[in-house]
Amino acid sequence: MPVPPGNSTDAAIVVRGLTKSYGKVAALRGVDLEVERGIVFGLLGPNGAGKTTLVRILTTLQPPSSGSASVAGFDVQRDAEALRRSIGLAGQFAAVDDQLTGLENLELVARFYHLPRVEARRRARSLIERFDLVEAGDRRAITYSGGMRRRLDLAAALVAEPEVLFLDEPTTGLDPRSRLDLWVAIEELARGGTTVLLTTQYLEEADRLASRIAVVDHGLVIAEGTASELKERVGGRVVAVQVVDAGQLDQTAAVLGRFGDNPHVDTAAHEVSVGVGQDAGVMAEVVRVLDNAGIAIADLAFRQPSLDDVFLSLTGRAAEDADFADVTAAIEGGTR
Amino acid sequence: MTVATHLEPTPAAPPRPPVEQPSTGTKLRWAVQDTLLMTRRNLLRYVRLPENLMGVTVQPIMFLVLFTYVLGGAIRVTTPDYVTYLLPGIIVQTMLFGAMITGFGLAQDQLSGLFERYRSLPMARSTVITGRLLADVIANIFVAALMIAVGVAMGFRFGGSVAESLAMPAVAILFALPISGFFAAVGLTVRSMEAMNTTFIVIFPLTFISSAFVPVESMPSWLQPIADANPFTIAVNAARALALGEDATGDLVRTGVWVTLLTVIAVPLAVRAYNRPR
Ligand SMILES: Nc1ncnc2c1ncn2[C@@H]1O[C@H](COP(=O)(O)OP(=O)(O)OP(=O)(O)O)[C@@H](O)[C@H]1O
Ligand SMILES: [Mg+2]
Repeated sequence: MPVPPGNSTDAAIVVRGLTKSYGKVAALRGVDLEVERGIVFGLLGPNGAGKTTLVRILTTLQPPSSGSASVAGFDVQRDAEALRRSIGLAGQFAAVDDQLTGLENLELVARFYHLPRVEARRRARSLIERFDLVEAGDRRAITYSGGMRRRLDLAAALVAEPEVLFLDEPTTGLDPRSRLDLWVAIEELARGGTTVLLTTQYLEEADRLASRIAVVDHGLVIAEGTASELKERVGGRVVAVQVVDAGQLDQTAAVLGRFGDNPHVDTAAHEVSVGVGQDAGVMAEVVRVLDNAGIAIADLAFRQPSLDDVFLSLTGRAAEDADFADVTAAIEGGTR
Repeated sequence: MTVATHLEPTPAAPPRPPVEQPSTGTKLRWAVQDTLLMTRRNLLRYVRLPENLMGVTVQPIMFLVLFTYVLGGAIRVTTPDYVTYLLPGIIVQTMLFGAMITGFGLAQDQLSGLFERYRSLPMARSTVITGRLLADVIANIFVAALMIAVGVAMGFRFGGSVAESLAMPAVAILFALPISGFFAAVGLTVRSMEAMNTTFIVIFPLTFISSAFVPVESMPSWLQPIADANPFTIAVNAARALALGEDATGDLVRTGVWVTLLTVIAVPLAVRAYNRPR
């Protein structure tokens, strides 16, 4: 029996040499990716990295400029319609119908996936419960708060129980509890065999959820691997020094430069961090040298590298080093 | 004692059933079903936001009343009375205003980001447009019936057969359909609702430089050829002849030609506007 196109490869998502330009802006500059079936794959990157662009191409909302991509075995350009039967999308901005109730929204989306009416209704009900919207289920979405809209939008992405799920910054705009609930829901889905591609700017989110992570910056995948593989890139552990006097930050960085490459200065936190070896003995030396330099220490840590540190060592910039306008846009977008 | 010498990779997720490839018949059924679902959704929005219909109900009725009682006496027409002259014209005009709602509805959905979801769903991309058009045709039927009822209350009487009487609003609705297509293209393209409002400036004079409110012969001679060539005049003349029970063949044929022509231009424009990557 011929293998149906939807099952011809082991990978749920295959991306080859993908580029996308908007006029002069190169949003993607040659992305290669392979996402195994049934895992949560994290796409991690700062504002403007190209995460949304990649998601939009993979969900057939936009054609690529060059290169190819397939999802669930379907080519994004040649088999767009079949592809869309296999996916669910929660875009960066919640897309819900203001004038329909929560239940009606979900039921309609389910019907557009061609589920029978009874089944559509059943799934709408159960998702409304799962996303803690029972009281609001019969209210028009226009009365929803930003976080409620976001949850409704996520429920809509799940309603067809798609094979591959795309979540573009799913937890932006959610309160801590909703965020945790969503994390649990995503983990459950992955256990059930759903492939999830999620983008995030929250390094802890990728760390917690994704079994593999691709770090995207300026339209390129600059690193890929498991969270621990990426952490190994930093090489050992990180020394972080918080100083009392912000005026001494640069001096501190100069001193710490002796212990590892490219110390990073976080002005807001009054902190300088640097990747060092595994030997905890270095701490005594750090304290002594700082003391000699007359630098007052507010706090001192010898810790496992976070993905923040990974990002720093990969790009020389912090992931959060985006301009303010972008950050506010992302926050507003998520809760719109 | 070593039980396992190496760690097994995480067990592979259970295989999912393959996505079935639908037959052509199934696809066709889905297309129809999707359009009906989208139509229902749009009609539901009419019900929940009745103010969207104000422009095509309250306003034309106000026009009908004001024109008939304030200006009607001063306008010389060949019909028995002015309301009989005016009603077919104002119905065609109102159906065109209804066509503008097509554009407004699509602009609203587009700007709210809702199409981001629709475009990722496994329905034909044209569903958004066909479902919109069908809902707006249904709304137009409702509005036309309302206008006729008000007209009858004001003394309007059909002069022809039942078929001709039914054909009068039908011509108006049909004529508005390709115009809806144009507004769909605009609505799918605009980047703000304000931009959408400017379309009113185009449609409004077009409906006045016509035979809808006054006979073309009463206009200055330089304006008459423009009014005569206006496709809106042709549709109004067809609707009026049907209302009076006069021979409408010529005007109907010309209206049909215009509808065909406008459709051929409008549909690709609308589809292209919807498929335009953004
Ligand atoms: N429609 C567009 N027209 C022009 N430029 C665009 C368009 N969409 C995206 N871009 C540009 O492409 C680049 C990548 O954008 P993208 O939205 O993919 O980033 P992102 O990683 O999702 O960022 P964020 O975290 O802020 O959502 C940016 O420089 C952006 O300005
Ligand atoms: Mg984005």
